[in-house]
Amino acid sequence: MSKQTILEIKNLHAGVETKPILKGFSLSINAGEVHALMGLNGSGKSTLAAILAGRAGYEVTAGTVNYLGQDLLDLDPEERARAGVFLAFQYPVEIPGVNSTYFLKAALNEIRKSKGQPELDAIEFLELVKDKIKLLELKDDLLRRSVNEGFSGGEKKRNEIFQMAVLEPRLAILDETDSGLDIDALKIVAGGVNKLKRADSAQLVITHYQRLLNYIVPDFVHVMADGKIVKSGGKELALELEANGYEAILKQ
Amino acid sequence: MSTATDTIESLVKQEYKYGFVTDVESESTPPGLSEETIRHISAKKNEPAWLTDWRIKAFRYWQTMPEPTWQFVKYPKIDFQAISYFSQPKPKGDAPKSLDEVDPKLLETYEKLGIPLRERGRLAGVAVDAIFDSVSVGTTYREDLAKKGIIFCSFSEAVHAHPDLVKKYLGSVVPYTDNYYAALNSAVFTDGSFCYIPKGVRCPMELSTYFRINAAKSGQFERTLIIADDGGQVSYLEGCTAPMRDENQLHAAVVELVALESAEIKYSTVQNWYPGDENGVGGIYNFVTKRGLCKGKNSRITWTQVETGSAITWKYPSCILLGDGSKGEFYSVAVVNNMQQADTGTKMIHIGKNTKSTIVSKGISAGRGQNSYRGLVEIRKTAANSRNFSQCDSMLIGAKCGAHTFPYIEVKNTSSSVEHEASTSKIGEDQIFYCNSRGLSTQDAVNMIVNGFCKEVFKELPMEFAVEAQKLLGVSLEGSVG
Repeated sequence: MSKQTILEIKNLHAGVETKPILKGFSLSINAGEVHALMGLNGSGKSTLAAILAGRAGYEVTAGTVNYLGQDLLDLDPEERARAGVFLAFQYPVEIPGVNSTYFLKAALNEIRKSKGQPELDAIEFLELVKDKIKLLELKDDLLRRSVNEGFSGGEKKRNEIFQMAVLEPRLAILDETDSGLDIDALKIVAGGVNKLKRADSAQLVITHYQRLLNYIVPDFVHVMADGKIVKSGGKELALELEANGYEAILKQ
Repeated sequence: MSTATDTIESLVKQEYKYGFVTDVESESTPPGLSEETIRHISAKKNEPAWLTDWRIKAFRYWQTMPEPTWQFVKYPKIDFQAISYFSQPKPKGDAPKSLDEVDPKLLETYEKLGIPLRERGRLAGVAVDAIFDSVSVGTTYREDLAKKGIIFCSFSEAVHAHPDLVKKYLGSVVPYTDNYYAALNSAVFTDGSFCYIPKGVRCPMELSTYFRINAAKSGQFERTLIIADDGGQVSYLEGCTAPMRDENQLHAAVVELVALESAEIKYSTVQNWYPGDENGVGGIYNFVTKRGLCKGKNSRITWTQVETGSAITWKYPSCILLGDGSKGEFYSVAVVNNMQQADTGTKMIHIGKNTKSTIVSKGISAGRGQNSYRGLVEIRKTAANSRNFSQCDSMLIGAKCGAHTFPYIEVKNTSSSVEHEASTSKIGEDQIFYCNSRGLSTQDAVNMIVNGFCKEVFKELPMEFAVEAQKLLGVSLEGSVG
């Protein structure tokens, strides 16, 4: 039985104003798979994440992105989220005065509404959240604080994965979630991500360094340079990168 | 790409929910302002001579005053001769003896506004004085309050029933010489609410005045006087709406609060006058003088205001901290959208020793709105060991609006401290996108961000009002982000 295709990107060209960044990017991700996307700074990794989530300011000039049978680029960012696309931000945004619990409950209920499921009330929601928060070893008081306000760098990143745990996306895109994390936090985040792996969903892990992949074991590793994938392989490709550096791979 | 790109900027027409007109026959004095007009109003209300004289003195003083020009709002010169200064629904037969006898059309109006006045269905725990154009339609729960010695009635009634109190305190906080619009109000005020809390009594329910302008070409000039005697406590709410008309209407009220020893007055306003349309046509000019006097030791006055309506909002609810150890607080959210303008803030005058004041002001500007915070903190020589903390935050939505801050600080002794914090932020595309990427629509995201920004003020509002205020904010900013 062939696995369901979650995301199919074909020959994507995109950029900011007149500057092209993605130059023929193609990638196919099936249900149950974890893909790692690696590359030097400026290779276009974060641009790809932003375009998939629907951030404003990028222009797609060619190519297609198919998500579960829909044209992803045709959807507004909130419609993508409701359809199960989740972006863990490289720089999570602070929203002063907005309670974290309130924020996340509103988000989950939007997603549930779009699926025709009943909305959760405050008590049901807290019940759900109690288990998830342990997964990320976050303090309970985080739920009473404003969204990301006054969080340490590590707390912000863990909070992203916590949100992912609550929202249960079909496609999770982790944009350099490892950057700025110390090794303990890295282990917790990776542990959380591993536990969230499901047969019907997929993860795209974007990272600059190999070290995250010691804890999140990908099924596929892709190396990106100058706006497209230049080499793909299994998890051993990440180790090869670590040993020989990007230069060696790019020269091949 | 995504349509959320074009966010911020595209303005659509917002619905003003309270813009209907009540079809009731009204009796208005012809437009025009003279001593004769004032004597006419005074006679109509069967006022004692001292009050007529006071009005005339105020009018004569007003005539000598130049119109102020320092404010940061723009409007065409007001023709004071074109305004009708007295308008009331035509009485049918005898004056109604109870609320059940009031013209059903008027009761219906308040019901439509969410303020049922009839005994059945009236708001639990809130006593309401309903002001329609120039007169009070009725006051709920007055008998219950009277049992505790609390007086809550229309101003006109108080003039007759409690002349000593009115005579003693009228103009004691805002004298008619205070400013241009206070002088005008003193000359022509028609009605308003009066409240007296006796010694040691804690008012068991929220008191509220609901102002409704209905008649065209009229102005509303009401006067509110609240006195809390030693140890008395009261929480007072004020709400206001008006029909959508393409002319500007003037609302120039005066509110005076007096807190005696250890008394506490909390005055909350949710101001939702018709703001005009998206091109700035029509709407209310809300030029109001509100001031509280902390007369006794350890007294406390708190102003909380949520200003979302009016074409122009121009007012500075203030506190004179005369009693030693008294406290003044001002919490404000002022929103301008489309072509609205606001110049609002507070004055905290520290005179007594160990007095304290807190100012938290949140200004939100959207559309082509202009929002100014103007505040004075004055610490006099006598006010030893006094303290003030001010925080003024502005939020901009879009690129065509403005936020301005004019803080004035005068400190005349060395034992006091004054702190002022200010910030201006633009509602970030980043914040909106973050919310979008979690499944929230742009409108919901803006509401959430704005409500978060105003949280410190909302928590000062009485519960029922806080919910109302949050909803109101949502409606006011509808369409400010596309």
